[in-house]
Amino acid sequence: MNDPRSLNFPWLLKMAWRDSRRNRSRLILFVSSIILGIAAMVAIYSLGDNMRQALDKEAAALLGADLEISSNKQVSAGIRKLADSLGGSRSEEHSFTSMIYFKKDSGTRLVQVRALSGEFPYYGNLETIPANAGRLFRKGQQALVDQTLMLQYDAEVGDSVKVGNSAFVIAGRLISAPGQTGLSSTLAPIVYIPLQYLEQTGLSQKGSRINYTFYFRFERPQNMDDLIKKIGPQLEAEGLNYDTVESQKEDTSRSLEDLTEFLALISFIALLLGCIGVASAIHVYVREKISAIAILRCLGAKSSQAFLIYLLQIVLIGLVGSVIGAIAGTILQQLLPLVLKDFLPVAITTGLSWKAIGQGILLGVVISFLFALLPLITIRNISPLNTLRLAFQPRRMFKDPVKWLVYAAILLFIFGFSYGQLNSWQQAVFFSLGLIIAFVILAAISALLMWAVRRFFPWSWSYLWRQGLANLFRPNNQTTILIVAIGLGTAFICTIFSIRSILLNRVNLSASGNTSNTVLFDIQPAQKDKLLALAKQQGLPVHGMVPIVNMRLEQVNNITAETLQKDSTLNIRKWVFSREYRVTFRDTLTASEKITKGKWTGRVAGPSHTVFISLEEPFAKRNDIDIGDTMTFNVQGVIIPTIVGSFRAVDFNRIETNFLVVFPIGVLEDAPQFHVLLTRIDDKEASARFQQLVVRQFPNVSIIDLSLVLSVLNNLMEKIGFVIRFMAGFSMVTGLVVLIASVLISKYQRIRESVILRTLGASRKQIYYITALEFFFLGALAATTGIILSLGISSLLATFVFKTAFTPQWLSMFAVLIAICMLTVLIGIINSRTVVRRPPLEILREEV
Amino acid sequence: MQIILDIQHVSKTYLSAGRSLTVLEDINFSVEVGATLSIVGPSGSGKTTLLGLAAGLDRSSSGSVELNGIKLDDLDEDQRAQVRNHHVGFIFQNFQLLPTLTALENVMVPLELRGKKNIKPGAMDLLQKVGLADRGHHYPAQLSGGEQQRVSMARAFSTRPQILFADEPTGNLDAETSGNIIELMFNLNNEAGTTLILVTHDFELANKTGRIIKLKGGKIISDEGTKEIKI
Repeated sequence: MNDPRSLNFPWLLKMAWRDSRRNRSRLILFVSSIILGIAAMVAIYSLGDNMRQALDKEAAALLGADLEISSNKQVSAGIRKLADSLGGSRSEEHSFTSMIYFKKDSGTRLVQVRALSGEFPYYGNLETIPANAGRLFRKGQQALVDQTLMLQYDAEVGDSVKVGNSAFVIAGRLISAPGQTGLSSTLAPIVYIPLQYLEQTGLSQKGSRINYTFYFRFERPQNMDDLIKKIGPQLEAEGLNYDTVESQKEDTSRSLEDLTEFLALISFIALLLGCIGVASAIHVYVREKISAIAILRCLGAKSSQAFLIYLLQIVLIGLVGSVIGAIAGTILQQLLPLVLKDFLPVAITTGLSWKAIGQGILLGVVISFLFALLPLITIRNISPLNTLRLAFQPRRMFKDPVKWLVYAAILLFIFGFSYGQLNSWQQAVFFSLGLIIAFVILAAISALLMWAVRRFFPWSWSYLWRQGLANLFRPNNQTTILIVAIGLGTAFICTIFSIRSILLNRVNLSASGNTSNTVLFDIQPAQKDKLLALAKQQGLPVHGMVPIVNMRLEQVNNITAETLQKDSTLNIRKWVFSREYRVTFRDTLTASEKITKGKWTGRVAGPSHTVFISLEEPFAKRNDIDIGDTMTFNVQGVIIPTIVGSFRAVDFNRIETNFLVVFPIGVLEDAPQFHVLLTRIDDKEASARFQQLVVRQFPNVSIIDLSLVLSVLNNLMEKIGFVIRFMAGFSMVTGLVVLIASVLISKYQRIRESVILRTLGASRKQIYYITALEFFFLGALAATTGIILSLGISSLLATFVFKTAFTPQWLSMFAVLIAICMLTVLIGIINSRTVVRRPPLEILREEV
Repeated sequence: MQIILDIQHVSKTYLSAGRSLTVLEDINFSVEVGATLSIVGPSGSGKTTLLGLAAGLDRSSSGSVELNGIKLDDLDEDQRAQVRNHHVGFIFQNFQLLPTLTALENVMVPLELRGKKNIKPGAMDLLQKVGLADRGHHYPAQLSGGEQQRVSMARAFSTRPQILFADEPTGNLDAETSGNIIELMFNLNNEAGTTLILVTHDFELANKTGRIIKLKGGKIISDEGTKEIKI
């Protein structure tokens, strides 16, 4: 060495290259574990990038107009005047939930009715089949009906659908409307009708809950910021909302970024799993390289040089893996719009995103570098004495400070990455800790299971079974990492199953026993008695006929919306004043309520007396309202001062009418109101019959029944679950790639075992049997570990988030266990074929 | 004569299973430039450990090892690596070729570590001397045991070391190949004027060196010159 301090970098590169020649396929195999993770990351990043581009291009089509002004109450004459003064083209939409009735098969369904006038959308289209239906339906008494709904009710274009008192001919199937996603139509399918026919439906009576929206398109280019500055204060003062193309774009971008960040975090887990796989494989690789490293040290290479040769090799191969991953990700992103179709409000073209590719490659190189460091730093301690005798004794992990530094760097990286995605210290800490805890728990469970297998080793089993089980403990085994990798994927899948069942159970439970399972709302006072009679005639129990009065809040302790806007120190949410309150009045508490503070007052002598109201406790606490505080409500122009008399804890889990604010008897009896009827219908046919009768006789009355809630929830979980399963699939497949890598890494060892066994007289069939059993045990341990973790997570979620009992889905879990065992056995057998089928000596010569 | 290796009061103790195990105890000897020396003794007598200490592969627990005037005990791991690269050549029982490098590349590695350029012709010459001019592009796995040991010798002499350490150089070879290898090793040694220190079980081979040190239980039990050197 010319200069003892010099590392001779070109030589290091040359040596890294030379040394890799006989190992390249193995090295590629190591990094194959990160290829999928990188592919997922690049695909998600590309999707994000393409989405931003699509939003820039299609921003106007999201809103369908230049400006949207909306309100949940009739707009005042002043606002109409303001709207007139804005010029340009204008469309008006009145939207509300209502029942519709399919005449063909007598089916009824709660939908979102949008009564539209004008040429909206001005940008983009109402996408329909036939394509011109989006324009044509406005020309007569026609409707556009959500296509899923039409499929569900077997309706065709040309059939009739009844909305309120009027029948509309279905002009077309509605595929999408501006800004609408598949998910939103699952929750509330849309039916468009022309606004001019709304009146005759009888659904726009006083007290109906209608949302009023104006859409504007300006002929001359307008500076929207200036316009908003000018009209914004007046709109806000009247409690109206407004949206411009820009604000809509920002809102949509934010939600889509949340979506891509969430997906990126799931992909990151797959990448981390892959990296742990890489670290584990490199650990084995380094052990095999001890002799070569010792020779180099013997010939005069410094420890840093020996270390750098292998580090360069791994980083370069990490680069190759990342590039392959980036290419795979770019191809994969073509699929993502299909997977996420229900979540995307705009059509996305899947272009090449160099930024995403760059991010993915950089991430792959950095992460493979960090994780490769862990096993590679032991190279520094390999003594040249190993050339004389193998005495490799790595310094114990706890004694090597560099190892701790590497662990710290990895943790910092995980935290930094999650912070980059979540933009919140708290969430990043939570995510990183959660991830580490999950890994530690998985590793601990796998260690425990392996300990149990050793401790209670089934000595009485036949030799083949014992050998298959014992193979899990062969030197340099990767059993733990495989259990962690496959177990995490299993945990993901099982947890999705569990959450679905927890949610559905919760809804089912909420209507178990004799509690209500059907709610009729929007019942006008005049319809009350007739509906009760109809329910009685149908033999249905009436659990309640609850009056509801709509009102707004004017003041809280003399604080108004205006003072709240000026004083930022007040701990009251803005929506307290902008929302509409649906309030009931009664003199008793329901079964789902109990008083937590103050005194319940069920009755006052009259409106002139002090009115003590009751608030739901969390609502009061969120807004700094205490017992004795004053709240002034506006009931259709009549001001009612009240005092907070009590707080209630409300169980919102039941299908009941639950309220934030409850008035005593004696105040609101004469206020404009509608009623809600609660009943229980156990028979599906009776339910359909009752709903048909209600919709025919009381077209304005809407119905929610348990089966509707369950089917919406089911659909929703199906759509969300599909995306999560798709992303979790990366973790699962990464686990399987780690498995393949592990089988091939241990090939030489397996060959030796196979040679010994065959020399001792074992048949090929017996060796296959042992191999199959080994992978069966591995799959079973991994799946069991994942299932145990999933049971833990699910039961925590059930207890603390969903506040319900958790019943494990044993059958689904057993199916997952069997599927994973079969998969691991299949992969293990396929990859071990060369070991078993070819003559051992021939293979041994190749492997030398 | 000038001393190239001076070992004084060297002991080596290992910690094994919590107990200290003395492998070498109070070893004293020195070797002159150009001399040939064999270290013989039964298994477990400390031969290989002594070779490791003398070549700077390990550090003694006490005493001093001076190689070509450099006190190895004062040097750290990397400094000793530099000494090995500049002053020492090795031949091992199991050849210790880098399996991922060709024969030619194996010969070139020690000089590459020095940062030398244009070393290929010199390495080819050495391969020719050991009779493997046409096998330079073969990997160790494609060579026989005898051929691998020849490559190992070419590598050992590539840096023109002042001292050559050979650990059982014929231990893994058949009798006929062993004879050829020994002849080649002594020829190359004579030609380069290198000091040779040999560890062996084989008294016939040991008798070919000018001096024999016998070890038993970690101690020198005899240190004698041989009557003649037969090659």
